[in-house]
Amino acid sequence: MNTIEIQDVSRRFGPKQALKNVNLELPKGTVLGLIGENGAGKTTLIKHILGLLKPDQGTVRVFGLDPIQSPEKVLSRIGYLAEEDALPGWMRIDELQRYSAGFYPTWNQEYADQLCRNFNLDRKAKLKSLSKGQRARAGLMAALAIKPEFLLLDEPSSGLDPIVRRDILGAVIGSVADEGGTVLFSSHLLTEIERVADRVAMIRDGELVFCEDLDALKHAHLKVTLRFDNYKSSSPVLAGASHWEGEGTEWTALYTGDGGNLEAASALAKATVVDRRWLSLEEIFVAHSATRSAI
Amino acid sequence: MTEGSPSSPALQLHVSAVDGVPIYLQIVNGIKHLIASGRLERGDELPAIRVLADRLVVNPNTIARAYRELEIAGIVEKRRTAGTYVTDGTPTLIQAERIRILAERVDTLLVEARQLDVDTDTVVALLHERDALLREQPRRLEELPARPQIEDIRTNEVRS
Repeated sequence: MNTIEIQDVSRRFGPKQALKNVNLELPKGTVLGLIGENGAGKTTLIKHILGLLKPDQGTVRVFGLDPIQSPEKVLSRIGYLAEEDALPGWMRIDELQRYSAGFYPTWNQEYADQLCRNFNLDRKAKLKSLSKGQRARAGLMAALAIKPEFLLLDEPSSGLDPIVRRDILGAVIGSVADEGGTVLFSSHLLTEIERVADRVAMIRDGELVFCEDLDALKHAHLKVTLRFDNYKSSSPVLAGASHWEGEGTEWTALYTGDGGNLEAASALAKATVVDRRWLSLEEIFVAHSATRSAI
Repeated sequence: MTEGSPSSPALQLHVSAVDGVPIYLQIVNGIKHLIASGRLERGDELPAIRVLADRLVVNPNTIARAYRELEIAGIVEKRRTAGTYVTDGTPTLIQAERIRILAERVDTLLVEARQLDVDTDTVVALLHERDALLREQPRRLEELPARPQIEDIRTNEVRS
């Protein structure tokens, strides 16, 4: 069963095409890492999932429901932590708890109190008096205390110290392990995504570049070093290879595609593969961020 | 989390999201390494998936996958009373893993030697020489630094 199904969604803001024919599925119990440069459309996509924006075209289904037509049925099952701290600063933490409990039928006060203790949150403290890290923890507490079926984190780690980020990652791990929950996690911290994601989706200029299992993604990208029989004065040409670096007879490239075809392609180009290694998600991201004709 | 209980030793496992090797594979190799080096013995219980996921800060599905691969390879087994244990194992497999670990180091050594323009015969001679030296002064072995460990969490901000 899929927690999210997005079909052919497009959305325009004036002249700007914010999303273009996006298709995305997220099976229950998996963690999706959503990556892309600033302004690529990550938050716009998330707002469509939450029913805060209506697509010009296409359909969005969350738990099989249209989030615009049944907002209360959808939103009451999503634990959401926004990018900027959107919590009302004048509230105390216990007031935030009462306020959230009013919205969410599954609010679990006992768990909320336990999270406050774990996160060292003073229930009488006003949100605006807290540090940025503690405010993020307060937001995380409110998102987790409903024991959500779906945890949605929009760049939760931006500007936070490693200890708070560790708490956030712990929440992602806990959601999957304990509740069999689904998680969507958008972030610029690709090493964090690589640690916790099952599947990674990348958006560029409103278009989905890929949405694949992390393992499949890693197997489809290699960094290869080739030794050519002949001296090359400019970048060699090889099917599937791009981002050449090197000179003379030894060149390094990013290779996209089935590693099994690499040897044959190299032989055709009169070259031998002298080294190959996996790319980190960060390197895969960079490869797909560069000039769009490169890959 | 109960660490250090007799049946579930705190595994010295480290994963890195920087070096490109899929994390499940890093865990598989790490556990093989611990077994080959004798730090994990047959009958030892591996940590529960949830516990290890929390400790290494990785997706529980990834730990499950690593355990599955180890199970298929016959290195660990699930017991009916829950829990994953190191099997009696085939000594050849463990021996193969030891050789694999050493082969990696030897490769690194040979590449470096080549870059330094030192031929293989000289490297072999050097190995014997160092071996003799270490045998004479066995203490020095203990003083050798442990394998460098990769920092537990290293995060790089790509663009903020």
